[in-house]
Amino acid sequence: MTTALTLLRRDLVLLLPGSGRGSTLLPLLFFLAVAMLFPFAVGPDAALLARTGGGVIWVAALLAAILPLDRLFAPDLGTGFVDQLALRGISEELAVAVRMLAHWLSFGPLLMLAALPASALLGLDGATLRVLELGLLAGTPGLAAIGVIIAALTVGLRGGTALAGLLVIPLAVPLLVFGAGALATGGQGGLTLCAAISLLLAAIAPFAGGAAIRAAREG
Amino acid sequence: MDACLSALDLACRRGDRVLFRGVSFALESGKALHVTGPNGCGKSSLIRILAGLLRPFAGSVERAGAAALVDGRLAFDEHLPLGRALAFWERLDGGSADLEALGLADLIDVPVRYLSTGQRKRAALARLTGQGAPIWLLDEPLNGLDAAGAALVEAMVAEHLGAGGVAVIASHQPFALASGRTFHLPDHAA
Repeated sequence: MTTALTLLRRDLVLLLPGSGRGSTLLPLLFFLAVAMLFPFAVGPDAALLARTGGGVIWVAALLAAILPLDRLFAPDLGTGFVDQLALRGISEELAVAVRMLAHWLSFGPLLMLAALPASALLGLDGATLRVLELGLLAGTPGLAAIGVIIAALTVGLRGGTALAGLLVIPLAVPLLVFGAGALATGGQGGLTLCAAISLLLAAIAPFAGGAAIRAAREG
Repeated sequence: MDACLSALDLACRRGDRVLFRGVSFALESGKALHVTGPNGCGKSSLIRILAGLLRPFAGSVERAGAAALVDGRLAFDEHLPLGRALAFWERLDGGSADLEALGLADLIDVPVRYLSTGQRKRAALARLTGQGAPIWLLDEPLNGLDAAGAALVEAMVAEHLGAGGVAVIASHQPFALASGRTFHLPDHAA
């Protein structure tokens, strides 16, 4: 347990905005920039914006979650951190699970906060905003899990970052379908399914990521 | 400290090339092995196999006791001051190193990325001693160290062996070992 806390503390220092390897406010600013640019692009039609705005925020959230992927595992593999953890008998699964939690904490809550100004920019009403926030709460852990799996799988590859971004997108489609779909129907069903997919992905991610890291270490 | 490390008929393949085969040895408490050979003969791969980080192409490794590794990679967060970077491993290992003896006491506030090659090697040795593992696997431990630093490493290894530890040192440089033998890896080239 203390091991997990020690790892989490380091991961948070590395991934949270305003600390460590820096520039982690970028995903957030990127997210807000998309929300801000969209009305300029489609024109000042309030009804159209209100109808499509929620979906735009979802796509922006997905893209923002992709941005930090290159910093998730590649530096630790290069500096020998992964080796040293393995020598201490700390399983890759634990390290990946902790990294996933830290990754989510570094963008999930922030995106939910940033969704407030973004929804104001897009003219979303209160009910839509509520479904949107609940959907982000249900869906961002799944995005974090997908990100961790893909980052671990592409960690040893040259040009892995661009590939990681491409690989995340199809895997994130179910989350988008149910998470953003709930906006249209306003129902609980989509949110529940979205949360279920997130839970499943979060349960798989430590094992998939751990196996991928082990394979990369052998390379 | 009770430790033992033995290798049985190890072979290593990198890509489609077999680097060595038939490597066998057994080290009991207080013994060391100095692995020698030119660049590219598989010294680092042997160390990684012994550490359990690389699967051998054939053969097996038996370890009694935890292993600690020092290689060219520091495993510190480069932007952190040395003291805080070391503190992370100390929290995981529950032990700390004598920074004064390693000549690092004045450097704890210096970010790791500003350290010189020799200072980085000394920092890695600080992590090694803090770990308190009975099996030491040192890959080119003298690289970048000055004469005093090299003597310090040799003294550290001697002390570790005296306390019943085991060490494998891969180095193309001479390494003074009181109770150890030399293992010329190219003799086992495939």
